[in-house]
Amino acid sequence: MKRVQFRRPIFPFLLLIPQLAIIAVFFYWPAGEAIRGSFYLEDPFGFSSTYVGMDNYTDTVTGSEYVSVAKFTLGFTAVVAFFSLALALLLAVKADSVLRGAKTYRTLLMWVYAIAPPVAGLFGILLFDQAIGPFTKIAQSIGWDFKLGVNYWDSATAMVIVAVWKQIPINFIFFLAGMQSVPMAVREAALIDDPSGPSRFFHVIFPLLAPTAFFLLIINITYALFDTFGIIDILHKGEPGNNPVTLVYKVYLDGFRGNDLGGSSAQSVILMVLVLILTVVQFRFMERRVHYT
Amino acid sequence: MNFRKLAAAAALSTAVAAPAFAQQTDITWWHAMGGRLGEVVNEIAADFNASQSDYKLTPVYKGNYEETLTAGIAAFRGGEQPDIMQVFDAGAATIIGAKGAIVPVEDLLKDNGVPFDSNDYISGVRNFYADAAGKMIGMPFNSSTPIMYYNVAALEKAGVTAPKTWEEFQSVTAPALKSAGYIPMAQSHMPWIFTENFFSRHNLPFATNDNGYGDGETKILINNDAIKKHFASMKSWIDDGLFGYYGTGWGDNQAPFERQEVAMWLGSSGSFGGLSQSADFEFSATYLPYWESVTTEPTNTFIGGAALFAMSGKSAEANKATAEFFRFLTSAKTQYFWHKETGYVPITNAAYEMAQADGYYDIKPAAEIGIKQLTLPGGEWTKGYRMGFYVQIRDVMNREYGKLLAGEKSVDDAFATIEEEANKLLARFARTQG
Repeated sequence: MKRVQFRRPIFPFLLLIPQLAIIAVFFYWPAGEAIRGSFYLEDPFGFSSTYVGMDNYTDTVTGSEYVSVAKFTLGFTAVVAFFSLALALLLAVKADSVLRGAKTYRTLLMWVYAIAPPVAGLFGILLFDQAIGPFTKIAQSIGWDFKLGVNYWDSATAMVIVAVWKQIPINFIFFLAGMQSVPMAVREAALIDDPSGPSRFFHVIFPLLAPTAFFLLIINITYALFDTFGIIDILHKGEPGNNPVTLVYKVYLDGFRGNDLGGSSAQSVILMVLVLILTVVQFRFMERRVHYT
Repeated sequence: MNFRKLAAAAALSTAVAAPAFAQQTDITWWHAMGGRLGEVVNEIAADFNASQSDYKLTPVYKGNYEETLTAGIAAFRGGEQPDIMQVFDAGAATIIGAKGAIVPVEDLLKDNGVPFDSNDYISGVRNFYADAAGKMIGMPFNSSTPIMYYNVAALEKAGVTAPKTWEEFQSVTAPALKSAGYIPMAQSHMPWIFTENFFSRHNLPFATNDNGYGDGETKILINNDAIKKHFASMKSWIDDGLFGYYGTGWGDNQAPFERQEVAMWLGSSGSFGGLSQSADFEFSATYLPYWESVTTEPTNTFIGGAALFAMSGKSAEANKATAEFFRFLTSAKTQYFWHKETGYVPITNAAYEMAQADGYYDIKPAAEIGIKQLTLPGGEWTKGYRMGFYVQIRDVMNREYGKLLAGEKSVDDAFATIEEEANKLLARFARTQG
């Protein structure tokens, strides 16, 4: 194949400049500021700033709460990613086999995707309200004294349910599209070889869905880590108290609410490093197992 | 023709207004008063603008307290700060500590020929936003204090009166209310009501260094037997069904009182206006209870709420305008209006006297409780506190109190954690000021 080549090599770089400029201004500059700020203790109004070396990091990591927040974040991310993927896959499999009214069914499932996280959080508040929430009433009827905002694990349950519910539609769209791109010939061949539905799904369809699933896994992990902020903020009504928070929410609490710029910069640098490690692990180790057609 | 007359009148009024407009000084006021409170703020601004033609004040709602403070800080760093900024009690140390960011309100008023005497302000209000020497730095604005509301019918049904002490609550009031089918009590803000004002009500030191007002390093004195006993009692009350805890949210604890499930509720004197609208039953209010075993002479509580700060870096005309607005705001008439509309206490003695003379408290005796409690005899430790990173310290309190009440942590462990983390935060804050 003939390679397309620009005659003057500067020209492609010129074309890239707007993109690079945007990345530099909106990504690298703030990231650089966060790294710089994490080594200083600064008066919020910017009058004085003292270089403190690694103190912000040691204060952060040795804080009694940081480790438990980190543990919760990991657990929360795993549970949210697992359930949003599993339920979406289940729904996609079922939707794939629906013949009548399939479009309506799919549209209805996708609607939730258009809901902004804070609005999803508001639905959560209504569903789990201590006095009038339908979910609270159901839980109480089976003897579970559900109390959002009072009991740590009850609040965590509400956070997971709302976060999963919000994320299912996008997973569903991708899974459904992935399944519909599995060639008919493959399906028919599988049908002849293996009459068992579940076994056929796990041996034939699912491996072919692996690229989609892998992509969604990354999307879901970043969703649970970062995009659930709005849901958490609304469910906690801005006052976390003894309720579980994620690392990102803690950055906001300390930096935005508490005006501790150095401490929250250090926390965001730690997060950046975590995400970097996560990305490397995912692409170096997990992607090898994914079969692209 | 009507239209012509109208057009002529419009042209004339523009011509008249134009020269005046050219000399008018515009100032902005960033505040955190949403809902009904925001409407009252807008009315006050409109009244000020209508009262004179030299200055024009524009109030801007910037979200809740924390958001307003953060927006103000960001604006200040960008050189775009408003003339007046509302900062809440817990943020006071942050803004007062940043000495170049604000013009002390006492200096501002004196420099601009507005008479000022701190004795004009009621005693519980005077010192909270002042420096160690008593110089007023921020102008108290929406000032409230925690008081105890009660459902009149509920107490009658149980055959009890509102308790004066926690001993009375524990042995008489609460059991009677419980057998009458109520959850006896709830509260809406543990750091404010059960911590800061607990120390003030019992005249106990809350922090070293003159409760933090002095220069130098401050350490919190929260690990104190009296407050630990209070929280141990609260935990046992909750376990025995004598107290309701509905989480950290303010409204979550107020709602059961409004639904008449909870008979007594510790809230803000500033809740009075809202409660009058939302509660469709007869309620009244009285002082915050105290522990007789700790003191037999309970002292005043201090104000919560927020103050207005004049930001630095403004022109002399703008400062003059801000001073004139403060003169208008602290006038007895404006303060009485604010007090009546919102339930926040009037900050000057003159306004309080005006409300008394007007017979307002004869109609609504509960509206006077807050100001009466603020003007109770004070003590060495009742003027307030000044601690940096205090928003985070409050978050730590809420978290540890939650664990304590859930039974995940012992009282001793929870208070030891608060003490340790708060002191760490205070030391960090001291370094930001260095």
